[in-house]
Amino acid sequence: MLEVSGLAFGYGRRRVGAGLDLTVRAGEVLCLLGPNGGGKTTLFKTLLGLLPPLAGTIRLDGEDVARWSRRRLAARLGYVPQAQGATFPFRVSDVVLMGRASRLGPFASPGPADRAVAARALASLEIAHLAERTYTEISGGERQMVLIARALAGEPGLLVMDEPTASLDFGNQTRVLAQVRRLSRLGIAVILSTHDPDHAFFCADRVALLHEGRLLALGDPAATITPESLARIYGVAVAVVPLPGFRQSVCAPLLPD
Amino acid sequence: MTPERETVPASEPLPGAPPHIRERLATLVLPVLLPILGLLALVVLALATGRYSVPVGDVFGILAGKLFGLPMRAEPAMQIVVLQVRLPRVLAALVVGAGLAAAGATYQGLFRNPLVSPDILGVSAGASLGAVLGIFLALPVAAIQGLAFAGGLGAVAAVYAVGAAVRRHDPVLTLVLAGVAIGAVLGSAISLLKVLADPYNQLPAITYWLLGSLASASLGDVAAILPAILLGLVPLMLLRWRMNLMSLGEEEARALGVETRVLRPVLIAAATLVTAAAVSVTGVIGWIGLLVPHVARLLVGPDFRRLLPASLILGAGYLLAVDLVARTIAPIEVPLGILTALIGAPFFLWLLASGKRGWA
Repeated sequence: MLEVSGLAFGYGRRRVGAGLDLTVRAGEVLCLLGPNGGGKTTLFKTLLGLLPPLAGTIRLDGEDVARWSRRRLAARLGYVPQAQGATFPFRVSDVVLMGRASRLGPFASPGPADRAVAARALASLEIAHLAERTYTEISGGERQMVLIARALAGEPGLLVMDEPTASLDFGNQTRVLAQVRRLSRLGIAVILSTHDPDHAFFCADRVALLHEGRLLALGDPAATITPESLARIYGVAVAVVPLPGFRQSVCAPLLPD
Repeated sequence: MTPERETVPASEPLPGAPPHIRERLATLVLPVLLPILGLLALVVLALATGRYSVPVGDVFGILAGKLFGLPMRAEPAMQIVVLQVRLPRVLAALVVGAGLAAAGATYQGLFRNPLVSPDILGVSAGASLGAVLGIFLALPVAAIQGLAFAGGLGAVAAVYAVGAAVRRHDPVLTLVLAGVAIGAVLGSAISLLKVLADPYNQLPAITYWLLGSLASASLGDVAAILPAILLGLVPLMLLRWRMNLMSLGEEEARALGVETRVLRPVLIAAATLVTAAAVSVTGVIGWIGLLVPHVARLLVGPDFRRLLPASLILGAGYLLAVDLVARTIAPIEVPLGILTALIGAPFFLWLLASGKRGWA
């Protein structure tokens, strides 16, 4: 579905990363791990078409997206930003409705069919009860779910989630990642970034390690997340221990002696 | 007060009525018809009230006579007061108030800041410099208005050009900072002209213009600015749902499929056109563009589909009411800028203190 080849990305003359090749298939969850400043956010902005690629190509469904309109790109590629406060107190249902922008003409307003799609998106995440609440008054975990619903309202084939678990409590982190798993079963591909390698074990089909703008490793979590690779990208000693009885492993940082 | 929404049992005007009639009432009568009727009542009151009082019945008679060519029973003096003295003023108040409020609501959404007024990009400063220059050069009124209009558009164009040239930062922040800087330059030029102006003749005229007034507005003025104001309001009305997305910020809006690089200049141009046309006739009238969208947001929420029409109606009504006070409270005309601030600022503080805010 998504093919990235030879991609160099950055801001204008400042190159952040280069030589990036990766593909994402329909229904696949790709987890991006890397230290602060490793280029995750810049890569996401480039994938979303917010920054022009400095070199290489991004293809969606076999087609180079360089000439795609914003609307066409947004209709295929949903974006879930980190949940932050909003300036104006929109109702949750109106926030989700904004996800329909990529499906409507420039002068159009959403109609009953769009409202039905938005309501389904809320229901599918089991947060229909939030519809009439005010976005600025719900909790951080609820906001993150609402932003996922907003992206789903655009009926995308691929979701790009920038640290969807940042600033969420332990329970909400798990709930968000469980939804990521569920979306992939519905055939929606997800690329997400996180700072917690455990999240990759929890929800990812494949893991990409991004370090200083280059892909250090790309593969299934068990083979990619090792004490050596984590030590290399984060510069700290880590134990990676299989969880007895589960297919997951857990990572724990180690104190020196 | 929520049109287009069936799920909200906001109010039930007729508990026993069939559901579809009740829905009609809830979505049409209360939020649309009632404010318009209120505004019309205010118009009649403004036409009737003044130093020369005209009975309300005669106001209707004169209006009906004029509109439908019926014979009029009211005295000629009354007809002159209503049709030639007050009507131009009332129409100007409606058009300018609605325009300033709509522009304010648009700027607040675009700049994601509820404290932004239509002056943020220097439109009032540019219009003021144009008008002050016209007064300083003792130009005719039409030329002063033309200079004010051109000055307002020119200032915003300069701010936008600076913002477009500085590409390294957040485009919205760059625009605001460029507006502050260019506004300061324009302000110093205005001060220089005030120092140089004839203190007996020109300086009072300049001061009066900078405080805003509808006293000299004529039907010709209204006809002159109406096309520009409508030209600005039409894109705002058409794009009002997209305005919701613009208020999310540049990156989120683009990621959701909005062509912000097209939409933002269109919206800024439209709001600037409306503001420049309005102040070119009335002078600078502060606070309407800041305050009215706030009140509208409290009443109908932040969704631009409802906020924009609500701002239009409230802005028209607010300026009409303030102008009514300005010409009746004292033997002399009180400049509007004094009253809009005097009434607006305490109200604004009350909004802040009572926690009834329309923003996060």
